[in-house]
Amino acid sequence: MKLAYWMYAGPAHIGTLRIASSFKKVHAIMHAPLGDDYFNVMRSMLERERDFTPVTASVVDRHVLARGSQEKVVNNITRKDSEENPDLIVLTPTCTSSILQEDLQNFVERASLESQADVLLADVNHYRVNELQAADRTLEQIVSFYIEKARKKGDIALQKTKIPSINLIGIFTLGFHNQHDCRELKKLFLDLGIEVNEILPENASVKNLKNLPQAWINIVPYREVGLMTAQYLQKEFDMPYIDITPIGLIETARFIRKIEQIINQLGGNVDFEPYIQQQTKAILETSPFVQTNKNSKNNNLPKKAIVFGGSTHASAITKILVREMGINVIWAGTYCKYDNTWFQEQVDGFCSSVLITEDHAEVGNLIAKTEPDVIFGTQMERHVGKRLNTPCGVISAPVHIQNFPLAYRPFLGYEGTKQINDLVFNALNLGKELALFEIFNDSSTHETFKHDISISWSPEALQELEKIPGFVRSRVKRNTETFAKEGKIASITLDVLYAAKENLTN
Amino acid sequence: MTISESKDLTFECETGNYHTFCPISCVAWLYQKIEDSFFLVIGTKTCGYFLQNSMGVMIFAEPRYAMAELEEGDISAQLNDYEELKRLCLQIKRDRNPSVIVWIGTCTTEIIKMDLEGMAPKLESEIGIPIVVARANGLDYAFTQGEDTVLAAMAQRCPSVSTSEINQKESNKFSSLFNFAQKKIQSNEQKLNLVDHQPLVLFGSLPDPVVTQLNLELQKQGITVSGWLPAKRYMELPIIKEGNYVCGVHPFLSRTATTLMRRRKCKLISAPFPIGPDGTRAWIEKICLSLGIEPKGLEEREQQIWDSLTDYLNLVRGKSVFFMGDNLLEVSLARFLIRCGMIVHEIGIPYMDKRYQAAELNLLEETCRKMGTAMPRIVEKPDNYNQIQRIQQLKPDLVITGMAQANPLEARGINTKWSVEFTFAQIHGFSNARDILELVTRPLRRKGNLRELGWNTLIE
Repeated sequence: MKLAYWMYAGPAHIGTLRIASSFKKVHAIMHAPLGDDYFNVMRSMLERERDFTPVTASVVDRHVLARGSQEKVVNNITRKDSEENPDLIVLTPTCTSSILQEDLQNFVERASLESQADVLLADVNHYRVNELQAADRTLEQIVSFYIEKARKKGDIALQKTKIPSINLIGIFTLGFHNQHDCRELKKLFLDLGIEVNEILPENASVKNLKNLPQAWINIVPYREVGLMTAQYLQKEFDMPYIDITPIGLIETARFIRKIEQIINQLGGNVDFEPYIQQQTKAILETSPFVQTNKNSKNNNLPKKAIVFGGSTHASAITKILVREMGINVIWAGTYCKYDNTWFQEQVDGFCSSVLITEDHAEVGNLIAKTEPDVIFGTQMERHVGKRLNTPCGVISAPVHIQNFPLAYRPFLGYEGTKQINDLVFNALNLGKELALFEIFNDSSTHETFKHDISISWSPEALQELEKIPGFVRSRVKRNTETFAKEGKIASITLDVLYAAKENLTN
Repeated sequence: MTISESKDLTFECETGNYHTFCPISCVAWLYQKIEDSFFLVIGTKTCGYFLQNSMGVMIFAEPRYAMAELEEGDISAQLNDYEELKRLCLQIKRDRNPSVIVWIGTCTTEIIKMDLEGMAPKLESEIGIPIVVARANGLDYAFTQGEDTVLAAMAQRCPSVSTSEINQKESNKFSSLFNFAQKKIQSNEQKLNLVDHQPLVLFGSLPDPVVTQLNLELQKQGITVSGWLPAKRYMELPIIKEGNYVCGVHPFLSRTATTLMRRRKCKLISAPFPIGPDGTRAWIEKICLSLGIEPKGLEEREQQIWDSLTDYLNLVRGKSVFFMGDNLLEVSLARFLIRCGMIVHEIGIPYMDKRYQAAELNLLEETCRKMGTAMPRIVEKPDNYNQIQRIQQLKPDLVITGMAQANPLEARGINTKWSVEFTFAQIHGFSNARDILELVTRPLRRKGNLRELGWNTLIE
């Protein structure tokens, strides 16, 4: 057992559900107790989804504990099959079903005899893998299932496209700025004259998975999800893949050069160098970290940062801070413990120490101890920053409603670089401003209470007033006093307080 | 599928395939209510993930709650659960020093049959902090029923003699000082004549301001509330003696009611719940009746509240509502909304205790007759998929539902109100009737403004 308040990565089934519900016409059925379908709330709230999340539960209750699921799971699968006509139904185990040790594979086999849809059991162990690992595995599982199916039917598309093309793997629901990143990458490929063959799994149809081998290269922008699929496709079809994350000018250039190299190896003839030069120059001309202007004297900016987040974003941001902005990263860390070797390699030489932990308190303590000028982390680090009065830029999941901005905010590619420039610059500037406010003892944020002397408050009423949340307290006080004055009441008791509330019409 | 209108309340039961919150969510409001408590949820990452995300910003405020996260070794019993819990509880004692630790049992502890009730008394005496066990799991309960399991467990911990009676000698000076202070407050507060009646204890967790309001309402009738379950602090749990009267303020507290009746030999006042001015009046009247007191001034009080609601009532009158059902407040809210002039198509509800809710169901029937509206159907353990078919057929003006369905329904041109807000807003008593209507009318008011833009649905 371990005492836990906060977790960076969710349980395994969330990863599976994120993959399944990203595809079109794929329905997930969770073998889970009532209330475990919280995923639907998150997706609906955070992504502001207009459609019903294609996830239902086959509810595990007392009867299931006593007698087993029996027909229940099979019935739920066939029912969903006839109601929604999905292409694929993914039966998703949860922590509860892992302990029940029911033969879910058997249910899947029985259900697939009766249903039009394909049926799969997500191969994830709740106690061994987390959300991200499960997502990675589920995507590979679905892809390999349909590749095998197509092979058997003999309709797999092995012929490469005429124009150089790529598959973009790992864009999915509830991903940190994934939608924006996807759009930015599509634009990048358009600029480079590269065709996008398939995007996985977001909005993809499982029927198109047989076309994956047509692409020249697989692109895996995020370390956490998609790598297993890319490796599978490499093994099966000898498809090369690129797992460089194009965050920042240097990495984006490396990413594009890698594409150029592979395309030319495969018989293409492209030269992306002019494009890289042109894009880079355009950004450098405006970057606040390169071009100083009189309003923001670069040298005055504080320069000690820490970085924490998922392995992709934490390592990429560390590199961009150090190499492209000249900011000193005192330590960088990730919660992707399972991938710790890769992370260490990535940030090696860019920061003096590395923190690998899933414990937010350890991160918080180290932030307090090392006193950075600025934090780049997740929502949790943002709150640590608030407590310590240190500005923070959010650069990684876990996500929050604020990480689903309506406006265009990619992290990847050239537009992403601009956005990161803004993010870092504003965070640094905010820190400086906070310090200046304190120096000049800014009092504009303090509220001034004006007491009305003609009206007295009884101790009980005053105590009750204290219980009212701070942000409305002064309004309630003012309204009550107005009410008392109008009613010629000299002393405000509890009764008066509530009578005032009842009397309030707008 | 035909939807018929019936003369009597009809009760149906569907598949139980509906969306609701896991009952462990009760820690979110109970740890805030019971200020010296610490809630330890013994479960898996799934439970933790749910709490972390559903609590929102609260999670960053160092809540007095934590997960005892079960690992593979705990599931396969390679680790000794007693020793593990002891280690964690000692750590909690050291870091937070609470007056009580509440263990929340989850689905996992049920399935692996972890004997929490057996371990608690032993560990309690070993570490010197009371440990209350509540099995608030998703196998058995829905959302607000979590509070019910916690309060039922706490009902057993309420003292039956006051501490001052036990160590009267030692604390004589102290308690007389304390009493003096208390008397002074009372005399200061009001000049009403309090009636001598059997002690009355109210149960159900409410924000402190609402507790004060309901206490005041009863005081106006000369009734003294001897205590609340739960109180602000665990150390202040009310004294409950055999023969005391108890009355609930929430519709989802049937286990607590049962425990108070059977284990603590209390008399339960079965009343409608004090939600809406009609409910509040009926609630007070029923309490008065049970305690042998003639209620006074209630009719005027109720009317005065209705009068103050006119602007909202004009907005809701004649509009229809569909409750998908997820928090057990549905019957009381539906009854209030029917009284407001709305038409209720369906009252979905996770679980219907017809005995505990008897008075509320009667008031619902009475209200329908009075307002001349058809009796709504009450659907226990609803099936969300079927409900959405019915919603699409009925096209209600407002669907009260969980957040999983709200946005998709809105995109289909159907107004929604998130049901959870009713659980966290102050909706009890005369003074808060306005707040309920504020919630109900918000989507109607906003949509009224946007419709002019030609907005209808967002899907093809």
